[in-house]
Amino acid sequence: MAEEMKVLDPEKEKRKIQSVKKMKEIMTAYYIEAKTAGETGKKVAWITSGGPVEPLIVMDVIPVYPENHGAMIGASRMGAALYEKAEAMGYASDLCSYACSDIACAPINGGPIGGLPRPDMLICCNNICGTVLKWYEIQARYFNVPLFILDTPFCHTEYTREMRKYVSRQIDEYLRFLEEHCGKKYDYDRMKEVGKLSVTGQKLWQAVLDTTMHKPAPMSAFDAFFHLALIVTLRGTQQAVDYYEMLLAEMKKRIADGIGAIPNERYRLLWDNLPVWYRTKWLSEKFAAQDACLVADTYTSAWCGSLKYVDENNFLETMAECYTRIYLNIGVDEMAQTVMAMVYKYDVDGIVMHSNRSCKPYSLGQYDIQRIVEKQKGIPSLMLEADMTDERKFSESQIETRIDAFIEILQEKKRKT
Amino acid sequence: MKNLDEIREVVRDPYGYAKKYKAKTHKKIVGYFCSYAPEEIIWAAGALPFRIFGRKGNIHLADQHLQSYCCSLVRSVLEEALSGELNFLDGTIFPHTCDSIQRLSDIWRLNVSFGFHTDVVLPVKLNTDSAREYMVSVLRVFMADLEKKLDVTITDDALKASMTLYDQLRSSLRELYEIRAKCPDIISGSDVYHIVKAAVIMDREHLLTLLSGVVQELKQKKPDGVKLDRKRVVISGGVCDFPDIYPLIEEAGGSVVWDDLCTGMRSFEGDFDKTADPIEAIAGRYLDRVVCPAKHSGLTNRADHLVRMVREKAAQGVIILLLKFCDPHAFDYPYLKNALDREGVPSLLLEVEDQLPSEGQLQTRFEAFLEML
Repeated sequence: MAEEMKVLDPEKEKRKIQSVKKMKEIMTAYYIEAKTAGETGKKVAWITSGGPVEPLIVMDVIPVYPENHGAMIGASRMGAALYEKAEAMGYASDLCSYACSDIACAPINGGPIGGLPRPDMLICCNNICGTVLKWYEIQARYFNVPLFILDTPFCHTEYTREMRKYVSRQIDEYLRFLEEHCGKKYDYDRMKEVGKLSVTGQKLWQAVLDTTMHKPAPMSAFDAFFHLALIVTLRGTQQAVDYYEMLLAEMKKRIADGIGAIPNERYRLLWDNLPVWYRTKWLSEKFAAQDACLVADTYTSAWCGSLKYVDENNFLETMAECYTRIYLNIGVDEMAQTVMAMVYKYDVDGIVMHSNRSCKPYSLGQYDIQRIVEKQKGIPSLMLEADMTDERKFSESQIETRIDAFIEILQEKKRKT
Repeated sequence: MKNLDEIREVVRDPYGYAKKYKAKTHKKIVGYFCSYAPEEIIWAAGALPFRIFGRKGNIHLADQHLQSYCCSLVRSVLEEALSGELNFLDGTIFPHTCDSIQRLSDIWRLNVSFGFHTDVVLPVKLNTDSAREYMVSVLRVFMADLEKKLDVTITDDALKASMTLYDQLRSSLRELYEIRAKCPDIISGSDVYHIVKAAVIMDREHLLTLLSGVVQELKQKKPDGVKLDRKRVVISGGVCDFPDIYPLIEEAGGSVVWDDLCTGMRSFEGDFDKTADPIEAIAGRYLDRVVCPAKHSGLTNRADHLVRMVREKAAQGVIILLLKFCDPHAFDYPYLKNALDREGVPSLLLEVEDQLPSEGQLQTRFEAFLEML
């Protein structure tokens, strides 16, 4: 009844992405399946967001992502309280807020979904940071379960022959680890299917992100932060492929119908670093009010950034390179070139960088990237100091002032050209 | 002690020493920041491996590149590079350590103009065969690279001679530690700090001579008269470049009898496998020694090691030094503390930045802690 009574703003309604509902259904079903794994006899593996999930799908293991959990904790504004609990456990107040809130959740089944399902094994790939290594060591001690570490050497300037051999050997060790802990042989035929589905899913995700090349962009980075969940959690499944086909069709329809993510797109911006999960809505409205649309970001595109190294017909063998040469595991100069390429591709007017206290590999080096892009393309950028999950590190008034000042710079620049 | 005076003099002004040394010997100097830097190979190449510790305070150039939540060690070494203070270095090598050193390497490569820059991307995981194979191959590539950059050939004999020197140096340092553990009054903590620091700065051959002299003298020294009843403590942490901490502990009635520091025991622990190929032996030592928390070698080995050290050296408590913003150490702290608690070993957490907390505050904290033991 109340629903019917509410007067809907047609202008707002037409901008709402319809696929959101489907995504919520899929994610709810996924978490229910994961949380009830104990009853269905399925095994649960916790895995890092940049980790190779495909072999888990092959082995019918349910992948669970503590980082996705961290994002949910942040979005439901439970970060600060859990962080305080972690501090009481002895963790320093400047450590990664994903790690700390997840570590604090485990003993109390805290957080928005009452804790993650207990893992049968942990899969840690250090291609995103050194923090996950410590985090997974802590959880492996806490849950007393086997830990597999996929050590992907950092590619400062190159991906060497030695690295290739080392990571390839570890992929093999990973499969043996799964065989041992799942009690069955690895299914190489299924791997081929899953590999293809993974690549198809990644290509579709890239295609979805690329729809924002259109002016006005049919979706924004804030939408991408939400729709990202499946390419992270269910990469390698038909479900992810189906969903992104649907989302892509919706975006194409929006383009055809002339519907943009915001009513009046004047400035096209690129977001760098993880989202500020507890303030995505606020930030999105703040930018929209200034006619600025965040049309692309370096974060959600990282889950399809390795497509150039993959051979979908030979997934297993190309996996080592794909997982080693991801956005966060490369040098600052190569990152800057990636940002430059995105600036051209999405025809961006400015860059918004989230200097994220929780994430050193993403944030240290941002000043240099900022300078490189400013020098090469004359693109101005804004640095926002915050944290992805810990709302105590967000100063609203300061950020508001900085955004306003940045928009003024963009205005001035537009006026001149 | 004359030898000690010379060592103290070097440590008082490491960069002055390096410049004079370079002018006198015409040797190349290769900088590094981490105890995983393969020093033996650098020395075998005829260069001086020189560990950089960074400065205390006064950081502004580095602020253009690094946020305030980056640790003071990384910020201060970048400051010294950008200000030109380190331009006596012929090159700098960056063994892969933590997320911050990893980005320091990139920023250094893009902004520092003097000397060569070399990444040595070691494995993070150390306890598998594939990691061992990778480590060996990375060290071989590093050696070939260094030969090119320094325009030298590293012969097998030079490598073996360097390893013999390091073996002697490391066993002398361990001997020094054992002597102190037996009789803490015999040498001050500050003197030991100076020796250990000199061991990553000075001409290693000359240091070995000086150190052997010190050890001989200590062995002959009779502890004078009254035996002091000091509380025996172990220091654990990463870099400890704080000579002042030792007299404060001593004045409060304690003695540092052992450490688990990367500027301490971790840098000279472990022997080479004499039967192995030289590079494999060097790799083997790095793989087998107690890990830095940025590396992985099992789930409990750091805590097990710390507890074992405490027991073996009959220590009564542990002082844990934690550099602010050092993620690997900060993540390990609760687990180390819990392991010590389980064994009934009291510990004191001391958070430090580029400088120690005030002397008064430290005195009070040390006194309270030592009294409790």
